Parts: sequence; C-alpha cells; structure tokens
Amino acid sequence: MPNFVMSYLGSTVTPGEAGNQFWALMYVLIIFAGVSTAVICMNWLERKALAHFQVRLGPMRVGPHGLLQPIADALKLMLKEDIIPAQADQFVFWVAPLIGLLAAFTVYTVIPFGPSQAVSDMNIGILFMLGVSSLGVLGIVVAGWASNSHYPLIGALRSSAQMVSYEVAMGLAVVSAILMTSLNASGTGTLSMIGIVQAQQQQGIWFIFKFFPLGFIALVIFAIAMVAEVNRAPFDMAEAESELTAGFHTEYSGLRWSLFMLAEYAAMIAVSSIAVTLWLGGWMRPFPNLLHAPAWDFIFSLFPGLTFAGLAAIAFIGTARMPSDSFFKIQRIGLGVFAALLGFIALLLLVIAVAGRSADASVAARFNQGIGYVYWFVLKVAVFMYLFIWYRATWPRYRFDQLMRVGWKVLLPISLGVLILTAAVGVIVR
Amino acid sequence: MNPAMDPAMISALNSSMAPVATPWFFYVLAGLAVASGLAVITRRNAVHSALALIVTLLSVAGLYLMLYAPFVAGVQIIVYAGGIMVLFLFVIMLVNIERATKDRQFNRIWPVGLAAACALLALFVSVIVKGKALLNDPITGKALWPDPVNKLAESSNTQQVAALLYGEGGRMGQYTFAFEIASLLLLVAILGAVIMTKKKI
Repeated sequence: MPNFVMSYLGSTVTPGEAGNQFWALMYVLIIFAGVSTAVICMNWLERKALAHFQVRLGPMRVGPHGLLQPIADALKLMLKEDIIPAQADQFVFWVAPLIGLLAAFTVYTVIPFGPSQAVSDMNIGILFMLGVSSLGVLGIVVAGWASNSHYPLIGALRSSAQMVSYEVAMGLAVVSAILMTSLNASGTGTLSMIGIVQAQQQQGIWFIFKFFPLGFIALVIFAIAMVAEVNRAPFDMAEAESELTAGFHTEYSGLRWSLFMLAEYAAMIAVSSIAVTLWLGGWMRPFPNLLHAPAWDFIFSLFPGLTFAGLAAIAFIGTARMPSDSFFKIQRIGLGVFAALLGFIALLLLVIAVAGRSADASVAARFNQGIGYVYWFVLKVAVFMYLFIWYRATWPRYRFDQLMRVGWKVLLPISLGVLILTAAVGVIVR
Repeated sequence: MNPAMDPAMISALNSSMAPVATPWFFYVLAGLAVASGLAVITRRNAVHSALALIVTLLSVAGLYLMLYAPFVAGVQIIVYAGGIMVLFLFVIMLVNIERATKDRQFNRIWPVGLAAACALLALFVSVIVKGKALLNDPITGKALWPDPVNKLAESSNTQQVAALLYGEGGRMGQYTFAFEIASLLLLVAILGAVIMTKKKI
C-alpha cells in the first residue's frame, strides 16, 4: 500500500490539516455519496411524512411502501425532454442550476462530522460556510431572470430580498454563539467549525444551554432564519405555487430541475449542520460529562447498531404484514431482502461496538469512536431535517410583507439584543 | 497538531504541507480575475456584467487565500459576492435589458480613459521597478518593499486580525480608533439612506 494512503491512518487531524490529498479526495467522495443518498431518503421521507400528516398514503406503487419511488422519479427526470425557452438567455439559463449546486456542495468541506472526520478544518470555517451558502441564492436569482418570464422573475426578486433580510438576523445569532467560544482561560474565540465543538467540549455545555435562555433564543432565531435561507415552507415565497406557478424554476424541466431540487436539499442539510455544530454540540453524544464512565461509553456506542436493528425490525414487520396474494410476491421478497440488509448493517455495527469497546488506540476502537461521532452528528441533523417537513405540513405560507416584517422588526432586534446580552454576561462571568 | 506524533511523521507532514502548485494557482486566479474583469466592461447585457463581476470577486478572494489571509477572503465572499452582488442583481433585473442593450453608450471619452489607464499602469510599473532602490530609508530602515516575512500563521489569522483591531499593548489594538470611526460612518450612511427614502418617519 503506498505511503500516502497508510500514513494518514494513525492521524488525529483532518486530511486537509495533515496535507494528505488522497484522503481529502476520499472524504469528498464519501460525503458527496452520503449527501446524495440522504437527499434520496429525504425525498421519500418527505412525501411519506407529508402524506401521513394529511391522512393520505403517499407513494405506494413503486416498490413496497413506495421505497423505490425516488429512483423512479430520478429516472423519469433524466429521461424527460430538456426544454430551454426560445427567448431565454441560453448560457445563464444553463449555468444557473450549477451555481446553486456548487454553492450547496462546497460548504461540506468544512462540516465537522467528527474531530478528524471532516475534509478540512479552516480557520474561518463558519464564515466560509455562511459566505458560500449565501452564494446559492445567486443561482435562484439568475435562474429566474434567465427564464425571461414573469413568474420566475418575481420569484427571483422575492428570493433575493428575503435572503438579504434574513442573513442579517442569522449572522447576528451566529456571532452570539461564536462569542461563547471565547469564554476560556485565554479569552480567544474561534471561527473554526471543529474548534467551536471543541469549545463546547471544554466548557462542558452545549451552547443551546449556555447562559440560558440566551443560547436557546439564538438557536431559535437561527432555526427560523435558516428556513428562510433555503426557501422552505413557510417561507417558500420564491416558489409559492399558489401565486407564482412554481416560482423561479417554472421554466425548468428534467435534469436541470432536479439539480435545483438536489441543491435545495443539500443546502438544507448544510444549514442544519451549522445549527448542530454551533448549538447542539456537533459530534458529541448526550451527557458526555455526566455519564462519562466506560460503561456509559459502551452503552452509547451501541446506539448506531440498535438504530439499524430497529429499522430492520420495522422492515421485517412490514414484510410479515404484506398481503399474502401472489401479486405482492416480488414486493414481499424485495422488502425481506431490504430488511435483511439493514439487519446485516446492524450486526456489523454491533460487532464493531463490542470489538472496539476498549478506550485504547487500536484500529477497532478508533473506528468505533468514528462511527459514534458521525452517528450522533447525523442524528442531530436528521432531527432538523424532520422539522423542515413538519413545518411544511403545519404552517401556511407567509405573505411577503409579513415575511419582511418578521425578518426586520422581530428577528433582527431580538438577535441584536441576544448578542449584546451575551457579550455583557460573558464579560461579567469572566 | 498532536504532540504525541513521532518526529519522522511530523517531518513527513511538513514536507507534504508545502503549498501545492502555488504559481500555477496564482496565474489561474489572476488570469480569471483579469478576463472576467474585462468581461464586466465589455458585455452589453448588465446581468452578464454582474455575473462576470462575481467571478472577479471570487478569484480575488482566492488570491487572498494564497496570501495566507483567509479572514479577508471569507469576508470578501460573504460581503461582496454574497451580499452586495445579490443587491446589484436585484436592481439590474428590474432594468429593461432589451432597451438598455440598444441604448447608445456613453463611451465617447474612451481615448481619455485609455490614456489614464496607461498612465496608471506606467506609475505601477515604475514603482515596482525603481521603488526598491529609491524609497528605502536608510535611517529608519523602513522600506516600501520590505522583504517578505510570513508573520501571520494561517491557522490563527482571524485571531491575529482581532488582536490588531481590539488587542492591548504594543502594536496590538492600533486600529481600534479607525475601526470605530468606520463603523460610525456606516451608521451615518444607514441613517441617511433611511431619511432620504422615507418621507414620513
């Protein structure tokens, strides 16, 4: 095995910091594949969850409980005719979805899935994330303009105004969390994503509970602003279908349209990761300082395996409850195989958890720790992703002037107040 | 950096941490900045110009990164590319592009502009060529072109900027006053904009 592959394996820093280009590329590929898979799962989950919220069944035809529906959708979108309107600005129309996609995926370079499970750890991590994710709106704005049509243009205008307004409150909420990282002996804070989580580790508290309720209010403001930032309901003014047909992507079809969807979901995961990193302790498991005995470590390291075991059990129950008619035979076999696959993954994770339960630096132990970090991070992000669906099912869309009023007259003053109070309390406490 | 690593691994890491293809990146970014900068002034369609300007700003941000100034690069992206250009596009999109592209351009004075640009270029070149010899002060030791010393570690750039702005003692905090004045100026500008646009407050 070449040296550049093996030399990184014992390292405790990110591949970017260690200067190992091979593993940096590997991490990029893993994250890209993982995010794409997560988007597919999210697509299915959103349709199913929304359907159940509205007392419908949702997709049921393609595969058992519509499990293969996202794949069928993707195939359909790829085979669909790609229409560019005659009067559209060809080049800009072509480049617009790519801007959104690039911005959404670039931010994943600094998302810390674990203390060394990130592509790179930048000194300006959170600044980089906010900056690049704010570039995503350019794709929407430019797409709406290039379509040369009324509804897309209005959608684009709304989107840019909304983004600029909510970025202010969002930025102030983020700054109040960054202020909290400087409450250590040296009095020096950090913008690095990994550094922010490590600051929470050192202070022994997630920033959501710090200076209660200041950290909590900052998180709530960020959670509201991030929904507006990624154009999701109830702030999806850019694509309000009751007013603007489909908003900025009215003229888009086929693969280009699906790129917009991919960018939107990737951006949702990215902003959720910011919230998790800044306020919810990133990769840390619950109560690391209260329940810190090795036995607790072991119990919490069983969670990934148990989660998959639970999913496998649900799939097995679904197999058993499938009608016994011969029409469902293939679906039944398929679901059974899927359940067996989930069960196999669960078994693998449990074996790793048992084999790596010692706290030494053996490969199994390090692998076990890594799985734990990624699992808790992804679980926290998943909660936010579910909240996105929940919001969409629960709240009606805001009117545009209400949206602006909430952004400028409610969120901005509150976040400014939280920032000032956080600074004041921080000075008093030090 | 983990202190427990053995020296051989650290030296291996250090050798692999050397910048990758630095001249190549510089020429690509600089070329991109110049090319898109030319596109900004040659495109007749204002939205195309704005898009080219975004590319220029992003490649300049890349150049800041190469100068080991990640904080400035991040601020460049978040303020200029993300904030100001979105507002630019917001305004430009409302302009009737069809009529604007047919409008006569106000470029009768291009010979004067060309002469001014050439004079500026000549000034830059002469400063670069002659400056080193002419502008060195032997008494104070201050030079226009001091020998490059990489003082700011990339991994603590933000902290260094903060120390220069707000720190205490020595050279630290020497820009606090300038920073506060600039923020006050911006506040005045905000108030002025509100008063000018809103008749009834």
